[in-house]
Amino acid sequence: MNKSRHEKLGLSDKQVLDMYETMLLARKLDERMWLLNRAGKIPFVISCQGHEAAQIGAAYALDKERDYILPYYRDMGVVLVFGMTPEELMLSAYAKADDPNSGGRQMPGHFGQRKNRIVTGSSPVSTQIPHAAGIALGAKLEGKNSVAFVTLGDGSTNQGDFHEGANFAAVHKLPVIIMVENNKYAISTPAEKQFACKNLSDRAVGYGMWGVTVDGTDPLAVYEAVRQAAMRARDGEGPSLVETVLHRITAHSSDDDDRSYRTRDEIEQARAMDPIASFRKYLFENGVLDERKDQEITDRVMKTVNNATEYAEKAPYAKPEDALKHVYYE
Amino acid sequence: MAVLSYIEAVNQAIREEMERDPRVFVLGEDVGRKGGVFKATQGLYERFGGERVIDTPLAESAIAGVGIGAAMYGMRPIAEMQFADFILPAVNQILSEAARIRYRSNNDWNCPIVIRAPYGGGIHGALYHSQSVEAIFANQPGLKIVMPSTPYDVKGLLKAAIRDEDPVLFFEHKKAYRLIKGEVPEGDYVLPIGKADIKREGEDITVITYGLCVHYALKAAEKLEEEGISVHLLDLRTVYPLDQEAIISAAAKTGKVLLVTEDNKEGSVMSEVSAVIAENCLFDLDAPIRRLAAPDVPAMPFAPTMENYFMISPEKIEQAMKDLAEF
Repeated sequence: MNKSRHEKLGLSDKQVLDMYETMLLARKLDERMWLLNRAGKIPFVISCQGHEAAQIGAAYALDKERDYILPYYRDMGVVLVFGMTPEELMLSAYAKADDPNSGGRQMPGHFGQRKNRIVTGSSPVSTQIPHAAGIALGAKLEGKNSVAFVTLGDGSTNQGDFHEGANFAAVHKLPVIIMVENNKYAISTPAEKQFACKNLSDRAVGYGMWGVTVDGTDPLAVYEAVRQAAMRARDGEGPSLVETVLHRITAHSSDDDDRSYRTRDEIEQARAMDPIASFRKYLFENGVLDERKDQEITDRVMKTVNNATEYAEKAPYAKPEDALKHVYYE
Repeated sequence: MAVLSYIEAVNQAIREEMERDPRVFVLGEDVGRKGGVFKATQGLYERFGGERVIDTPLAESAIAGVGIGAAMYGMRPIAEMQFADFILPAVNQILSEAARIRYRSNNDWNCPIVIRAPYGGGIHGALYHSQSVEAIFANQPGLKIVMPSTPYDVKGLLKAAIRDEDPVLFFEHKKAYRLIKGEVPEGDYVLPIGKADIKREGEDITVITYGLCVHYALKAAEKLEEEGISVHLLDLRTVYPLDQEAIISAAAKTGKVLLVTEDNKEGSVMSEVSAVIAENCLFDLDAPIRRLAAPDVPAMPFAPTMENYFMISPEKIEQAMKDLAEF
């Protein structure tokens, strides 16, 4: 009997089911956050919808015990794999005191959690690329075999820090993986107004690093690419540039209305290429998932989302004067 | 005690800290084989190797940003900006990242980086090799800015900066590098960041300044002493956050205050010092607060005539002191 794609990659049925469940969990948490936003309960959402396959495929290819991740604002899927819990993500959405990312200081999507090596991020884009090189440099100096995995959107590849960080990592052959989640829009500005190269991974050649473009709606394709990049990094072959091409299913954020710059047709097409639906289809076709199991998973995910929402809603805010804390070491 | 130049004190502090702590490393343009364009890192490449004394690509945002990443990882990077003038491409990394990492992560992450940069004029450096850039950073809680005047202060404060748990900008006056010499203890010592230092006790007028201007003010004060005017001189040493207690007490002591900076006057560090005094010392003052600073033109010109016109000098300080004493 022919091996399925995931078996050829060395992934068990259990592992791909876990991947599927995490993708679904990210989606359902995200959908809940939009509902809460529209109900006036949380001020802001920035979405992972449409990016789940790339995020979870990539994160599964990393070593959760020793690698560092520097996620950008859409990466709920990446941080879920690295150990941030649904409760913690909801605490962040509600800006509650126990939000591990920032204690309610930053907007949602500004991830950070030291115990899981999720490196704190900001809103100015691409500043995290040099940070990834610095993390990798620190690990290299200490002789640790950790990889720094950093993500960004397609628009952010235009920033100087993308270039400076990529070049530094390449010159010093640092164990860095730069993954672009190319959804072809920087808010409203389409890819053709952002860059003139065919693939963003073409830029890898200019930095002297390995680069590849993969289908970002296919978690197995992304897993394979990032696994290869991680192996190269651990073998001392330096950084990689992985471009994942995918579709943003929602507007840029809860404050954006994409109907002013995307046609209904285009949005429908993006929805038709939903990575969760296509992965479900793959799992059904390969006999890993059936209706009964799928319902069990969905029920479990919804229960988790409900519990997390309830937990975060009841959790306390920081005290007003907590705004004064942690400017310097105390 | 050994007499060292200002730049030798920089070098000695880095060397001793690198010996003490394997997490300390240096990165910047030309800091390795060449030992830095001013030779601040001379001999470190030979002693510690290219892994800990890293010649970087010519890209300031990466020098700061990679250092910030390494600091978050747990290293103690010392990043060098070749000239303070060229720190501007790294401002986003310094303000949006380094200064906010502890606060934005609710104390989960921190960023113990030192960013060194030679600043200041009087060395025929023209617009882009002479600037004082501290005011750009001096209203950013989360950052510390140290600007020492003497070799003794350089060594003790640079060691303190390297051991600090938060990001420190360490601005070194490039004209002081070889001009200023002083006694420096051979052993290990640190000086407190955030504390100003009285460099001269006096009764009639108070001068508050920092960096190279401290030496110019001391020279002027000696001359005025011959004329019977006694000058109290406070060296800020840390220009952010300011040592408000020391400023208030120095201003109140004589009631006549002259603030000196080589930076442009408007919005300078001295504007904030002036506000601190105005808020706290109204009833102690016997004269309006005076500021002696560079004119409000973009930066220092190249020609010696215009450069001298721009620069603070002992003579300019002496004149300003006299005017204030006579008020």
